Amino acid sequence: MGIHIDVHVCNGCGTAEEAMCVRDCPGDLIVLGPDRRARIRDNRACWDCAACVKVCPTQAITMQLPPEISLRGVRLRGRALRHKTVWRLRLRDGTERAYETPSTGRPPHDPNL
Amino acid sequence: MTGESIEIAADLLIVGGGAAGCMAAVEARERAPDLDVVVMEKAHVYRSGCLAAGISALNAYIHEGESPESFLRFVRRDVHDVVRDDLVLGMARELNAQVHRVESWGLPIPRDERGLPVRRGRASVKIFGERIKPLLGKRAEASGARILNRVYATGLALRRGRVVGAYGLHARTGAFVAVRARATLVCTGGAAGLYRPSNPGSGAHRMWYCPYNTGAGLAMGIRAGAEMTSFEFRFVPLRIKDVIAPTGEVAQWLGARQINALGEPYLETRYAHLGGEKMATQDRLWATLQERRAGRGPCYLDLRGVPPRRLEGTIAAYLSMAPDAAMLMADEAFYARRDGTMAPIEIVGGEPHVVGGHGLAGYWIDERRRTTLPGLWAAGDVAGGCPKKYASGAWAEAVIAVRDMIEAARAGGAVEIDEEDAERERQRALRPLESKDGLPPAAFEERMQKILEEYAGGASRDYGCSGAELEIARLHLERLAAELDALQARDPYELMLAHEVIDRIDVARQLVEHMAHRRETRWHCYHERLDYPERDDARWLCFVNSIRRADGTIEIVERPVERVALDARLPSLVDGAALVRSGG
Repeated sequence: MGIHIDVHVCNGCGTAEEAMCVRDCPGDLIVLGPDRRARIRDNRACWDCAACVKVCPTQAITMQLPPEISLRGVRLRGRALRHKTVWRLRLRDGTERAYETPSTGRPPHDPNL
Repeated sequence: MTGESIEIAADLLIVGGGAAGCMAAVEARERAPDLDVVVMEKAHVYRSGCLAAGISALNAYIHEGESPESFLRFVRRDVHDVVRDDLVLGMARELNAQVHRVESWGLPIPRDERGLPVRRGRASVKIFGERIKPLLGKRAEASGARILNRVYATGLALRRGRVVGAYGLHARTGAFVAVRARATLVCTGGAAGLYRPSNPGSGAHRMWYCPYNTGAGLAMGIRAGAEMTSFEFRFVPLRIKDVIAPTGEVAQWLGARQINALGEPYLETRYAHLGGEKMATQDRLWATLQERRAGRGPCYLDLRGVPPRRLEGTIAAYLSMAPDAAMLMADEAFYARRDGTMAPIEIVGGEPHVVGGHGLAGYWIDERRRTTLPGLWAAGDVAGGCPKKYASGAWAEAVIAVRDMIEAARAGGAVEIDEEDAERERQRALRPLESKDGLPPAAFEERMQKILEEYAGGASRDYGCSGAELEIARLHLERLAAELDALQARDPYELMLAHEVIDRIDVARQLVEHMAHRRETRWHCYHERLDYPERDDARWLCFVNSIRRADGTIEIVERPVERVALDARLPSLVDGAALVRSGG
């Protein structure tokens, strides 16, 4: 299923030359429409890498597993911060769980060591 | 705009801004700040290629107690002895320096109480690599290299048999770009999407390898007559079913073993003769298929009795490299909490890939990473003969190549694009836009995938095929290639898709010749010849290489496996260990 872009939240990254998701999609799958809202050309071509999900400044993008795998499944949102990425997983019953992944700089203490 | 032509001059051209390409740009600019370096990148260097989603480990590293020589022994064993010792040793000696270089740029690498990188396996280092690609891309940008984002390569620029740069198209405008360079490095990655996808419909690109890596660099080399090696070593990943994600996170965090449907740790109980848990990578996949054939499938990662809360660490780990798997695990944990029992996590084989980072396939190169075409070097997933290099080995190869490229560029004179060659390539590259009443790229893609799936050992065939089936594949691919003049693109984006399929058809035709030639089964699943089911060292302990001639015929040549003598008493040094080369 790839991604869903909420056109009510997307602002096309304002006056930026290129929207962040348009820049970062490795498959060049996201384009801005005439209304300056982002849309995906073809969700079948999406790799589900979540690059767009993390980089979107308005968090307009959610990711879902393809329905062929999981029907409605889980929804994923995220936001890249300076040294970490914060994530929210929305489960089937509507509850949310938060996660963090360290991204740059000093590695955190690893409880599994 | 479409129809526009742009010429750019460089000293060094790097085709592909992935793991190898970004490192190559940095190395080139640090070593030779006076040289103009241009990087041609299909997407944007911040999030392109294999590393787009992130990675959680670097799987090529020389840990304390290991050495480049012990790494080579490990690789030889895993690929059943057909390997280029010289390439693996040269790469292994560079690994740690490049890993710590990227660490110094900000890649978080956790260390143990002694300050050593945390081991994830014999040659694997744990990392927090969610942002590894932006890290590399920004470094390449800051190096002063000129980065041409959105320009995908279509062909090598040739002048009197020498590579003098490369041609590409702008993905957004369709403009034709010619870059002339005194030395060119190809590092565009391997080829995904050759076989029918594991998932139907909107899950078609839910695959292991980057689906936008469609063998461009390999196809360019094939068309220019470069010698290629070991395409028949098709890498097939053993992965978590449906999301086709690595199993390591589950195995690592939760200590999950592989079990069959009877609950047996089958690698140990039934395949001890192949090495049990330590068996070669392809044998793990083969054993898993065998269990199913014997009625003991499917096979699983054993999570019986694991409390759902323990999955949280696995979910976080997957978020930084395979977000789909994080979603799947979160869903499994949800059902486990509801039902009070953890469902098994099924494992399957993915699609076969032509890729030199995990496997053996790619350009035939020398120790300096020179290809058989003068003026062209290769590194990373397009470079053959040096398996198990992964991301850190791609960095190592890039650095090795660039050092030699700088010398060659300084020694050589100026180069110029051959106008006729450029015009021929421009017409070929833009032709799908001129086609009328033709078929879209997807039609050709699906036809190609169907041919390979059914006649060249796809997943649905348990990866096996016979010589007679490969003959049929050859015939149908020939017919498919002859119809490429009907391939139609309506805009610059479709033109890129058109080239992705043109390139894969060239790779596929070469692949089938390799598979037809090696009449043995050395690597189960990767090259499973049902009509020659045994490994035959007396005849086939050699490389199968290929060259496409100007008339389109593919010539197969065999190259010997040359062993470097390894002294068992060598100290475990990372650098500078002495070598004695054997005579043959």
